[in-house]
Amino acid sequence: MNFPRLPLEAFAETSASTEAHAVADGARVLVCNPRAATRGVRAGISIAAASALVPDLVYRQRDAAAEHAALEQLATWALQFTPGVSLQAPSGLLLEIEGSLKLFGGIKTILGLIRRGAADMGYTLAVGVAPTVAAAWLLARAGSEKIVSCKRMIEAEVAPLNVRALDCDAKTLETLAAVGVKTVGAAMQLPRDGAARRFGPQFFEQIDRILGTRPEARRFFTPAEKFSAKLELGTAVEHAEALVFSAQRLLVQLAGFLGARCGSVQHFKLLLTHEDQAPTVLEIGLATPTRDPGRFVAVVREQLAALKLVAPVLQLALEADDILVLVEENKTLFAEMADRSADWAKLIERLRARLGNEAVQGVTPRAEHRPEHAWQRAAPGARPTPSVRPAPRPRPLWLLREPRQLKQVAEKPYSENGPLALVAGPERIESGWWDGGDVKRDYFVAQTADRSTVWVYRERRRPGGWYLHGIFG
Amino acid sequence: MTALAELLAHPSIWRGGELGRVASPSVASGYPQLDAELPGGGWPTAALTEILPQHEGIGELGILGHALAALSAKGRWVAWIAPPYLPYAPALQAAGIDLSHLIVIRTRSPRETLWAYEQALRSQTCGAVLAWPERIAYAELRRLQLAAEGSATLAMLFRPSRCITEATPAALRLRLDTRPGGLAVRILKRRGGVLGRTIALTPPQVVQRNFDNPPNGLDCHVMDRIEFPASAARSLRRDFGIH
Repeated sequence: MNFPRLPLEAFAETSASTEAHAVADGARVLVCNPRAATRGVRAGISIAAASALVPDLVYRQRDAAAEHAALEQLATWALQFTPGVSLQAPSGLLLEIEGSLKLFGGIKTILGLIRRGAADMGYTLAVGVAPTVAAAWLLARAGSEKIVSCKRMIEAEVAPLNVRALDCDAKTLETLAAVGVKTVGAAMQLPRDGAARRFGPQFFEQIDRILGTRPEARRFFTPAEKFSAKLELGTAVEHAEALVFSAQRLLVQLAGFLGARCGSVQHFKLLLTHEDQAPTVLEIGLATPTRDPGRFVAVVREQLAALKLVAPVLQLALEADDILVLVEENKTLFAEMADRSADWAKLIERLRARLGNEAVQGVTPRAEHRPEHAWQRAAPGARPTPSVRPAPRPRPLWLLREPRQLKQVAEKPYSENGPLALVAGPERIESGWWDGGDVKRDYFVAQTADRSTVWVYRERRRPGGWYLHGIFG
Repeated sequence: MTALAELLAHPSIWRGGELGRVASPSVASGYPQLDAELPGGGWPTAALTEILPQHEGIGELGILGHALAALSAKGRWVAWIAPPYLPYAPALQAAGIDLSHLIVIRTRSPRETLWAYEQALRSQTCGAVLAWPERIAYAELRRLQLAAEGSATLAMLFRPSRCITEATPAALRLRLDTRPGGLAVRILKRRGGVLGRTIALTPPQVVQRNFDNPPNGLDCHVMDRIEFPASAARSLRRDFGIH
């Protein structure tokens, strides 16, 4: 996999931007975005010339450290496809995918997933597939997108490629051009001993590695134990909603990281770094552990939409410390039921992300005589404790948050529109002396003058009085 | 002729004088006299239903009890959005509602209420969504009706009785009044034309036992479980002025 625009796309905001962007290495343009390219900017021309072509060109010097960090994050993401990922600095990743083909259902599917993931993260990607690492890399660098499936085909497939796709220094390329070698095929035809003397032995070693006649050993990339990734935004972002795209890149990486280790998360942190203030920390919680990037993005989008930024954001960081072993998403015989439970978790997450965790709750009865303590909030979907015995007398469907004192005329309760007729009762409830919430009450079912059925009680402690506590609804 | 009959059986064709046919399944209300007048023979799914009680607490929840219990028993979720009081778990359980399939969503503004309602409808996971919006404009109702049409959900809105004069895009609108011993239901709007008469319902009586023959004189929840003596109960009744 070659990321030809990595120096540019390592800065998150340039992928989504509609302006012309370029990254310079010294005084020359190294890479530019399509917007700049359509207006004549090319790699290799001077910055002065590029600025003359595109007066509003936004350019910056390349940042090798940021590129390397971006490449490592991409490697972490790519681990979901195969454990054999190695870095090809400065802009490539090599994936050993032969062993993964069966799992993913063929080369076409796996390439589709890789391409979509890269696009979601905002990276331009060129892929080459070949039986040898060097040949695949050559195809990727040449941007040929060919799939070469057996060693014997390599020579024929790489021969027409531009010789510049080879991994050689500028002097070698110049000399090759001077002797009229334009394609990889022509370079392979050069007399071995003469060319080795002129270009050094590594030139033919490369050719041999491409053809597979010389083995190649590579060090595999190993990811960190915890997930932690940063993203420089390049410019200060003032609106929280504009961060969603950049955050998505980190979230897709997180999903890849989790995929590689069969893990999942239920909590993670998104840190928004400001210029001279403490970072804003968003605690993201999910209803069930998952590694589905779609769910991550949905929740983060809601949280960002509700967020008011205290200051412009310069950098995003994502930290997931608590990696859980994924209980694979439920796969049941009845696909519809499985979808429903996943959608349900998504709904709870969406609601909680916007309204707060406390606002979305289940309710469950509690073994307690005092009516206000005979229920409690519960996690959505939690099963009620089976040991709670039902109340011996009818209970109202609605309970008032606080009992409301009723008017009293000649010891009888009155509501706003007339006297209450007591229909059933009394039910004496006397409990709670041990925790200070002592109650002594006689409960009655009553009917108001306009025929609502209500639940009232007479306070048995001084100074007494009648209270409305529930509505039968 | 057969072709014509087939054509007329299409769910989106409605002919005057007949109750609207519904392509989506309905949920029985548990009251045969009400079901008989509801298009589809029960509370409609995939449509907005407005319930306008004369005032709160006359039994507007009670008439939904059967449907909510049936849905939650089938593993469908029931969401209560912005309820005016605390939904009381012991009573809900006694009504047969599976509490492990019920969520209560509290909101801070009418906007959040509508947002949550729409999310719940669009997620396709809820069997019923109930909400008590403070105020709601026609355009917002229209939006909710559209969201409801794409779902298999009972979409219930409880609105104050003064809204009776406002036009509504909801497919079903009921007005509930009290009458001695029960409820009087008027169907203000339904698919298939208005119903002139009111339907008298008798919801299950909350009161099973009266003062006249209490089991032990008094129901007690006294922690020490002292039996309340009958003499004390008599004096208590005298105190309350009940005979």
